[in-house]
Amino acid sequence: MIRFFANANYDFIKWRRWAFSLTGGIMLVGLIFLITRGLNYSIEFTGGTLVQFELAQKTPTADLRGALDKVGLQGADIYNFGSDTSYVVRARLGSSAAQGEAGTQAVADAVAKALDQSVGPGKYEISRREAVGPKVGRELQGKALMAILLSFVVTLLYLAIRFEWRFGLAAVVATAHDVVATIAFISVMHLEVSLIVVGAVLTVVGYSLNDTIIIFDRVRENLRKYRRQNLYEILNLSINETLPRSVLTHGTTIATTLALLILAGEVVRPFAWVMSFGIFTGTFSSIYIAAPVLLWIEKRWPGEDARGARTFGARTPATPPATTGPATAPAPSPRAPQPTR
Amino acid sequence: MGKIRQRLIVIGILILVSIAALIPRNATIRVEDKNTGRMKDSTVRRVPINLGLDLQGGIHLALEVDQSKGPVPDCADAIQRAERVVRTRIDEFGTTEPVVQIQGRCRLIVELAGEKDPARARNIVQRTAFLEFRITDMKNLFRDALPQIDGVLRRAGIKGPAAAPSAVAQLFGGDTAKAKKDTADANAPGVLSSLLFQGSMPGEYLVPEEQWQRVDSLIQRADVKAAMPRTIELRWGAQTESRGARPYRALYAVDAKPIITGEELVKASARRDPTNNQPIVPFELSRRGARIFSQETARHIGDYMAIILDGRVQGEPPVIKGQIGANGQIEMGSKPLQEASDLALVLRAGALPAPLTIVDERTISGTLGADSIHDGVLAGVVGVLLVIVIMIGYYRMSGALAVAALTLYCLFTLGGLALFGFTLTLPGLAGFVLSIGIAVDANVLIFERIREELVHGKSLRLAVDDGFLHAMNAIVDSNVSTILTALILYAVGTGPVQGFAITLIIGIIASMISAVFVVKTLFLMWLQRRPDMVTLSI
Repeated sequence: MIRFFANANYDFIKWRRWAFSLTGGIMLVGLIFLITRGLNYSIEFTGGTLVQFELAQKTPTADLRGALDKVGLQGADIYNFGSDTSYVVRARLGSSAAQGEAGTQAVADAVAKALDQSVGPGKYEISRREAVGPKVGRELQGKALMAILLSFVVTLLYLAIRFEWRFGLAAVVATAHDVVATIAFISVMHLEVSLIVVGAVLTVVGYSLNDTIIIFDRVRENLRKYRRQNLYEILNLSINETLPRSVLTHGTTIATTLALLILAGEVVRPFAWVMSFGIFTGTFSSIYIAAPVLLWIEKRWPGEDARGARTFGARTPATPPATTGPATAPAPSPRAPQPTR
Repeated sequence: MGKIRQRLIVIGILILVSIAALIPRNATIRVEDKNTGRMKDSTVRRVPINLGLDLQGGIHLALEVDQSKGPVPDCADAIQRAERVVRTRIDEFGTTEPVVQIQGRCRLIVELAGEKDPARARNIVQRTAFLEFRITDMKNLFRDALPQIDGVLRRAGIKGPAAAPSAVAQLFGGDTAKAKKDTADANAPGVLSSLLFQGSMPGEYLVPEEQWQRVDSLIQRADVKAAMPRTIELRWGAQTESRGARPYRALYAVDAKPIITGEELVKASARRDPTNNQPIVPFELSRRGARIFSQETARHIGDYMAIILDGRVQGEPPVIKGQIGANGQIEMGSKPLQEASDLALVLRAGALPAPLTIVDERTISGTLGADSIHDGVLAGVVGVLLVIVIMIGYYRMSGALAVAALTLYCLFTLGGLALFGFTLTLPGLAGFVLSIGIAVDANVLIFERIREELVHGKSLRLAVDDGFLHAMNAIVDSNVSTILTALILYAVGTGPVQGFAITLIIGIIASMISAVFVVKTLFLMWLQRRPDMVTLSI
């Protein structure tokens, strides 16, 4: 029987300040990128035109650039997409190319005209064209923001019902951290923010939440089981106990995400990048954000725990258990937590 | 024993339903007959999973009522009537399972799988197809009003180049310099009249091709419109004509009131005119329409009648030689037969209640879609193999049971997609691959629990039971929260992203069934077969 971290007893929470600095540093870098370069929104959000085409042979982008300039598309970007012979022309609304609802389609037609002139009719294949009007773009921006905010509210409510509001708040803080860290990652990597990427961010939210819940579930259980331990010790114990599961599940998820990243093609790649990062940040935040925040919240607003089984005596010596509590003596754990300080 | 049998029956039913949902079956599609160019029904055998446009290629259009030429008060009503017209047109257009649906209140979504030509699709969907017949300006009211109109323009200070070049003129920017020079010289006799040449019939005027945009911008002016005779309107010809050496465009002065409109049209088809081999669209009017038409034509014998489609005069207006009944035809000139049959199609389906504008257009080629499927499936296979290696390598026999359940997971998910008619999109495919990695989470939770219970010194049987029991809380909570985020994604997303959300939701439900119910059953069978087992292969 292989067992990873079978009897792990690491003091995770001790390192929380280091963890905060690390993630704070990452976010700072992300913020700098965000301010200086902004996010690379896809035309789904900005409105505009995208044309993907395949050429028989590798052609310098400068040549194609020239052909586009000739038909009046100076404001359009052109870049390789996936392979050497596959190109994308992208013109956002607001760039100097044609404007308005009909304009986005006129741009797509103009790209075809430029290709007819430069490589010749029939020597290229247009494999994708998108023309998004300004109205649809604005609507999607609103919807994407709504989706992320709504997911926070729903999460908070669900956890408040299933656990307790303190747990819910801690989980939402951890999840918000993941969203911010993921946006920082997207900004640094200059990934194109399309609807699929927003979907990936929401999937990261779900995945990270999932991970936090697994640990919190153990915390809830251990709070009832080990009445003499304080929350600091319980959190550490719970993280250690769920460590093998974390390693295995993250392992299988990373395996499939890497398969997507390497094999599933250019359209899916930004999604796979965000998911890959999300697995790390989700794992990190469950341990180093959710747990310490729960500790902090409990210190500020001490009170009954999720099931009202006992008072949380956070960092103070545990109060004797209420006599009305269930009489079952907790089974001594093989790795009953030791006071760490 | 009985308990295991019941569980096996449930699993068996689920497997049968999934397989039944996935059996390839015949589907009827309309395809274009290569020989005759007409549409015909054809059957194909295929696995009944709906593929999104991003996987099978096709065109996606989002249309709204065009408000740019004046507000449309009730856009929801207009879009509903437009939907019926567009649906009729699309049904004859020849594509597999076209989608025509209203999204929200005032937006129409049209999806044409497999279609490659966006210009043709746009033309079919967007064309207003408003047909009308009007008598040309037989009394030359427009010609008589020309001096007055010239005067209006002169008073407005327009001479020579004048009127701001229209947006279209800007697009073709090269010609404007030349146009300026020409008109400056010819300014003296009258701004508009100098640009018009009398045509071969009353009400027909010819404009040199390079001047027509300028003339168009002049006659669109409000002060010019006000100076026009009230019973007369101006319409351009649909095509450039060459009279002598120069290309001209015809401008027709026609009666403001049509003698009949396309509402009375019941039949339209396309064929070649046997005399000159050019395409024509013969049509037939309803009985009421035929009665009105014959009365009107009887009153106008010897007059010229313009056939106007979407505001453009088609061909040269014919002279009315005698009373015309139910039948007529539209001449298409040198256009291809395809265009004639498309015109016949939109005439049959009727006119749109209001012009539509395209707010979102996406076209994906079939080859790109096929590549996406190929890459996605490859990634899926590799992902599954990696998961199998990890699970069996770490959990041995128990891992093998989880892998068996994983096979069922894939079957259930695909079966669910087929059964409920959901659409598989590229993000959905990615979500499915990803979910294979996440699906084993429930098994990992359970197996880790069983290991813990065994370490606590519980007996095999008790450890298995407690392992499943204690892991359930975490499994339910984490899966419900994921379903909630997926539901939000579904609610706010569009096409491909909704496909992703659906795949995620079905995947989670399937993984709950396979990882918990199926694996538990396999464990029960295993324990029953080996009651003397001392160490669990986990």
